[in-house]
Amino acid sequence: MIKGKFIDNLPKVYGIYTGGFIGFIILMAIAEQMGMTAKAIGISFVVFTIAIYAIIGWLSRTLQMDAYYVAGRQVPTVFNGMATAADWMSGASFVAMAGGIYFKGYGYMALLVGWTGGYILVSTLLAPYLRKFGCYTVPDFVGTRYGGNAARLSAVLVLTVASFTYVTAQINATGTIASVALDIPFKLAVYVGLASILLCSMLGGMRAVTWTQVAQYIVLIIAYLLPVFWISSKMGAGFFPHLMLGDEVARIAELESQFGFVKNSAADLATVPKGLAGITKAHSSVNGTNWGFISLAICMMAGTASLPHVMMRYFTTPSVKSARRSVAWSLLFIFILYSTAPMLATLSKLSLIDPTLSTGIIGKSIAEVQAIDWYQNWNQANLMFVSDFNGNGTLELNEFFMGGKAVVLATPEIAGLPYVISGLVAAGGMAAAMSTADGLVLAIANALSHDLYYKIIDPKAEAAKRLIVARVLLVLIGFAGATIAAMGIQGILGSVIWAFDFAMSGLFFPLVLGVWWKRANGPGAVAGMLLGLGSGMAYLIWVRNGGSGFWGITQLTFGIVGSLVSLVAMVAVSLATKEPDARTQAMVDELRIPSGKSILGKQH
Amino acid sequence: MSKQAQHWEKTKGLLFVTLAIWFVFSIGIFFFGTEMEASSFKPFGYPLSYYMTCQGSLLAFVILNFWFAGRQEKIDEEFGFTEREDS
Repeated sequence: MIKGKFIDNLPKVYGIYTGGFIGFIILMAIAEQMGMTAKAIGISFVVFTIAIYAIIGWLSRTLQMDAYYVAGRQVPTVFNGMATAADWMSGASFVAMAGGIYFKGYGYMALLVGWTGGYILVSTLLAPYLRKFGCYTVPDFVGTRYGGNAARLSAVLVLTVASFTYVTAQINATGTIASVALDIPFKLAVYVGLASILLCSMLGGMRAVTWTQVAQYIVLIIAYLLPVFWISSKMGAGFFPHLMLGDEVARIAELESQFGFVKNSAADLATVPKGLAGITKAHSSVNGTNWGFISLAICMMAGTASLPHVMMRYFTTPSVKSARRSVAWSLLFIFILYSTAPMLATLSKLSLIDPTLSTGIIGKSIAEVQAIDWYQNWNQANLMFVSDFNGNGTLELNEFFMGGKAVVLATPEIAGLPYVISGLVAAGGMAAAMSTADGLVLAIANALSHDLYYKIIDPKAEAAKRLIVARVLLVLIGFAGATIAAMGIQGILGSVIWAFDFAMSGLFFPLVLGVWWKRANGPGAVAGMLLGLGSGMAYLIWVRNGGSGFWGITQLTFGIVGSLVSLVAMVAVSLATKEPDARTQAMVDELRIPSGKSILGKQH
Repeated sequence: MSKQAQHWEKTKGLLFVTLAIWFVFSIGIFFFGTEMEASSFKPFGYPLSYYMTCQGSLLAFVILNFWFAGRQEKIDEEFGFTEREDS
């Protein structure tokens, strides 16, 4: 059903889809006016969007090897850009990023720079060359370029560690949103989230994931932008917030110096529910060391270029040229959301702390704040808290606490937008978390089924059997991720950052040098991957257990240690062992030009 | 020098230029966080340091990526390494 003609009609198909989705939003808005309850609206949004993704997943079912692994390599440039943007922007980007900026200001915004700057590395160093290579998975490239099962296996190991760390966070995020929107317990909601993720990917592999991700991008970008533009106009801050919030940023700085950052005593802070934080750092001014900012940005950039679920999206384009262009489009689509997050944080903070605004709560009496409807809702959801530490009966800046997620989830309600917007935001968050989880689960399952099972364990396996193995693994990995997510050990954002550091430690230099340094050989790559991952992990464990660390490298930037060890090990071992044979060298030459046949065949 | 070696030389040249610009916007300017904040140049009224982190550098990367893709296509064309559309 989805072949040839479907590809030609993509703009029309997704145009109709976008129109339909906007129609649905309007329908819900009318229903709200007619008395539909908030809860019913929330459920409708989440159920309606997931049903659409499931239908796309079912329509994209396939029994073809290259459709399952690389979507038949016929995804057009711009649509692949959209799919990559959805693949990339996770529950963390959607739900947690604006909150991080709200609380941590400038120092945190290194993530914005890192998560976009990394795409320069992707397009210049890797994506076009890996596309020319014609591999199904990232370990497929490593295994063929360096030769031998040891290299392939090491790459599978790094990929699994990094992606699995990441995917539990995403399933956690789908669970959080599903439990709020559908009003079911978190432990159950995690499995509801998992079921919807598998619906999208199981029958059609990469092909199904591609077309659902495009649909999810459309939902998440509307859900993110609409409330921000609306709030900005409503507050009179300007109809185009990105270019017009200069005065608001200045006003926040003014209020900050007026209120001052009062430090709470440890005893007072102990009464604040876990996970909530107060405003303790300046909003816009430089509030950390230059190296702290730069080191975090470096890790996120190198991590971006090493994360396999992003790289494999560029295996699906029809040509090397379109892979390169597609990276640029991806970044543009990501930029649209990332440049909006700081604006949301600014609007959210100002509307809460400015006493001259009707929504401002600082300076009001505690009893008055506790009587506000939205305060009660979000206090109940454990995302907001006030307490009169100094006993003067008035709410001070240091007496107000909020969860990071509340910035995205609660701001529309605080600003007095209709509930239909909150339902839309829930659907957007769900789309963001699901699309990333899909990409990650598929990356792990494909690496295990293609590289471990087919290439190493059973090279004679037939296509049908390989596809069954791929699907069984997909379900198993999803369940493993959901089970760990249900335990709720890690926060969403922390584990996302770790995933970048793991990927950077083990894969960055082995991938880059595979293209750019002909002399790199198998033993060198294996040493680089294993020692890089091992040393990064050792440093993380050391710092987590009270180690002092060095060079100002923290548990968020341990990838710097890992990747440096990886680079040194890889160069030293490569030079100490035999240079790659003539065939491999010719392969690297072939890899470097776009024209001609891909190195691995269409079916392999 | 063979055609292929020349192509690779030019490709490497473009890589270095692109990465140099990338370095400036991702790492270089952030060695001067406080200096940028103190600057009297305020794009759209935002402090320069704040503007670069939330929009400026990001936008530079978007433009750089499109520019890079265009340049690389030119290099590929020059040496006749462009793919046939139907392949």
